Amino acid sequence: MSEMQDAALVMEGIDKHFPGVHALKGVNLRIEPGQVMGIVGENGAGKSTLIKVLAGAYLPEAGRIIVNGEPLEANNPADALAAGITVIYQELSLVPGMSVAENIFLGDMPSRGPFLEQRQVREMARELLARVGLDDLSTGAPVGSLRLGVRQLIEVAKALHRDARILVMDEPTSALQRSEVDLLFDVVRGLRDEGISIIYVSHHLEEVFEICDAATVMRDGAVVGSKPIGEWTMDSLVQAMVNKRLDTLFPRRERERGEVALEVRNLTLDPSVRDVSFQVREGEILGLAGVVGAGRTETLKAISGVTPADGGEILVKNRERKVRSARDGLDAGIVYMPEDRGAEGLVYSATINENLVLSVLNRISRAGFVEGGKYRSLGQRLKERFGVRASSVRQEVGELSGGNQQKVVLARAMATDPTVVLLDEPTRGIDVGAKSEIYEYMLEIAAGGGAVVMVSSEFPELLGMADRIAIMRNGRTVAEIAGSEADQEMILEYATSGAEPGNVEADG
Amino acid sequence: MTEKRTVDEEQQGQQGAGKRGARGVLTRFLTGTGPILGAWLLLCVVLAAFAPNFLEFDNFTQIVVQSAVIGIAAVGMTFVIITGGIDLSVGSVVALTGMLAGISMQDGGSGIVGILVALGAGLLIGCFNGFSTTFLGITPFIVTLAVLSMARGLTLAVSKGQTVYGFPPSFTFVGQAEILGVSLLVWLTLAVFAIGYVTLSRTVFGHQVYAIGGNMEAARLAGIPVRRVSFLVYAIAGLCAGLSAVVLTSRLDSALPSAAEGLELQVIAAVVIGGTSLFGGRGNMVGTLVGVLLIGTLNNGLTLLNVPPFWVQFVQGVVIFLAVLIDALNRRR
Repeated sequence: MSEMQDAALVMEGIDKHFPGVHALKGVNLRIEPGQVMGIVGENGAGKSTLIKVLAGAYLPEAGRIIVNGEPLEANNPADALAAGITVIYQELSLVPGMSVAENIFLGDMPSRGPFLEQRQVREMARELLARVGLDDLSTGAPVGSLRLGVRQLIEVAKALHRDARILVMDEPTSALQRSEVDLLFDVVRGLRDEGISIIYVSHHLEEVFEICDAATVMRDGAVVGSKPIGEWTMDSLVQAMVNKRLDTLFPRRERERGEVALEVRNLTLDPSVRDVSFQVREGEILGLAGVVGAGRTETLKAISGVTPADGGEILVKNRERKVRSARDGLDAGIVYMPEDRGAEGLVYSATINENLVLSVLNRISRAGFVEGGKYRSLGQRLKERFGVRASSVRQEVGELSGGNQQKVVLARAMATDPTVVLLDEPTRGIDVGAKSEIYEYMLEIAAGGGAVVMVSSEFPELLGMADRIAIMRNGRTVAEIAGSEADQEMILEYATSGAEPGNVEADG
Repeated sequence: MTEKRTVDEEQQGQQGAGKRGARGVLTRFLTGTGPILGAWLLLCVVLAAFAPNFLEFDNFTQIVVQSAVIGIAAVGMTFVIITGGIDLSVGSVVALTGMLAGISMQDGGSGIVGILVALGAGLLIGCFNGFSTTFLGITPFIVTLAVLSMARGLTLAVSKGQTVYGFPPSFTFVGQAEILGVSLLVWLTLAVFAIGYVTLSRTVFGHQVYAIGGNMEAARLAGIPVRRVSFLVYAIAGLCAGLSAVVLTSRLDSALPSAAEGLELQVIAAVVIGGTSLFGGRGNMVGTLVGVLLIGTLNNGLTLLNVPPFWVQFVQGVVIFLAVLIDALNRRR
């Protein structure tokens, strides 16, 4: 019992379901005062859900949270804040148009009656900024004009103003430069010495080793290991993150490789893609691996013309193509299936049929008039071909499940008869059944002579589907590995640390 | 968060798939044009009961004639609003193009010249709106607000604040001629609606308009020429405003510097009452026609019932509020 009172935070048996998903399975977590605890795990391992429970945004069905020996009944974010728990999310919650001081005291301005205590505001802000190493920052500067690293620290100052005792940082360095990361780490160490506990969620494993005192690994909604950092190695950490599951999901089949269908030379898109070159053959699936922000999505967008490249060459079947827009891309036989089907893929207010034919309206029209018969028959055919489960093609696409929506996006892409198919996280947020269907279609596309490039953050999927894997870090391809020789440890090391172990087939 | 949302979607999707489908068409009608059509019929029944002359054929013709200016402009506005845009300049553009037409005919110019001037000027201003929003990237609300002011200012400047009147019969026939005993304006309005209807629902362009309003980014990624289509809807709206000006000016046989003041609000109201969503992506021409008729009938009925003009505007406001409320409630379901 006394042990429990020493801990800054204890989570016991936290359980959380979403319909169809057991998101947290009896999670236990213990953090000491002044400890920096790293939490790592694959996408979907439950890290975000855990953070949301801690922040009071989700209510767990079972388990309890004890903060400084006091049980916490966090029914909403305000309760968690009052208990001293502050979460700094990846997307910062600062108001760009307001000043540094206004942001720090947002919703809690020192005032007398209706009037702000200007002097007090400035002094308190200076004090807080000094604690996060921003002694020289003007308290009146608009936040929008500041660099991201500085904004990150202002978030920390804001948390300190609210007397945070437990600070949760979700991927704090994903958009920072190295110098800014060093600054942040200095601040984190300073806070740790003040006795503040920090939960550090990150994909960057080498950062976890650098800054954390202990690391907890999550997998499939459960904690699979929690040890002081000295007892972890890069290998054992990755091993713990990776799950050996469902190899059956990926039926490997030998396929004919044809000519080079897509060649990319020195592709550049400032600032995310730098000098990327690779080839993909007909019938081949190339996987693009890397951490968030490595430039994978941007690479696909540049190739497809969705975001025109700043430099480099794109060759389809050995012919150079100028790709300055999505239309150019489609005309060149390149189709891009976006990562976020809601924001970029589908017109939710329109019917399934309408969404399916959107890229090929010209093919089903004469003199500018859409031919009703062709419109309906093409929609029906695509719906059946890609197994979109809906009562009718006239149903609005927004009413479909995630998996069926994704099939609509894929079907529309395939309706354009592409030579090159670029898939960005093709199975994000869909259930296992729909996943395996999408995999099946991907294999069919490749078997039919299509060249496929897929971006995926899910290692099993990447390893199971890709014939070859190119790994990106900071906008560059740092390694290319044959799919049969790759494993998750290898990919993670290339993607995060920049180590150069053997087995490198080619570079760039 | 991601997990939660997608899982929720999953459930809704499955429930939705079961419930909808065969009844989908009916459901869409009931949540689309249905209620507004019902409201219009109800209004007609009430007016028929209380206003003695309401049910006469001539009165119906009169409603359409009085609605022609709003109606023709509303066809263009429907395109704009479905793309998620807005055109506030319509009223001023009607005034300016009408005035330019009037001036062009002042020294014995033929009616054809007047009509071409109005249409051409409308198209040109529409192109300016379209160019500014799509290629210069200015918010449609701001662009068309500026043009509202510019066009009205130009109207006053070129007319020196004076009314221009006395047009050749080759112009005034538009507002006065009859075909098969029905005013030309009725035929003209219906024709414009028919063209708008076919363009919106049957052409590649129409499909692209809906896609852009529903999700501009998805439309762009699907290879739709978003800028060209967005540009064209404003050009169409300008052209329609020019035609509205011909109708108004020929009916009055005079061009007033203060003509069509506040017309844009009535036009937008008609479109929104007709079920077109201000957020874009949803709406149709039939709805707009009913919206126009509803506003026209309301004006007509209130006049027949001798309601003071001040109250007319108030009641119009209430109707618009109710229509937008229905839209908001539908959205929430």
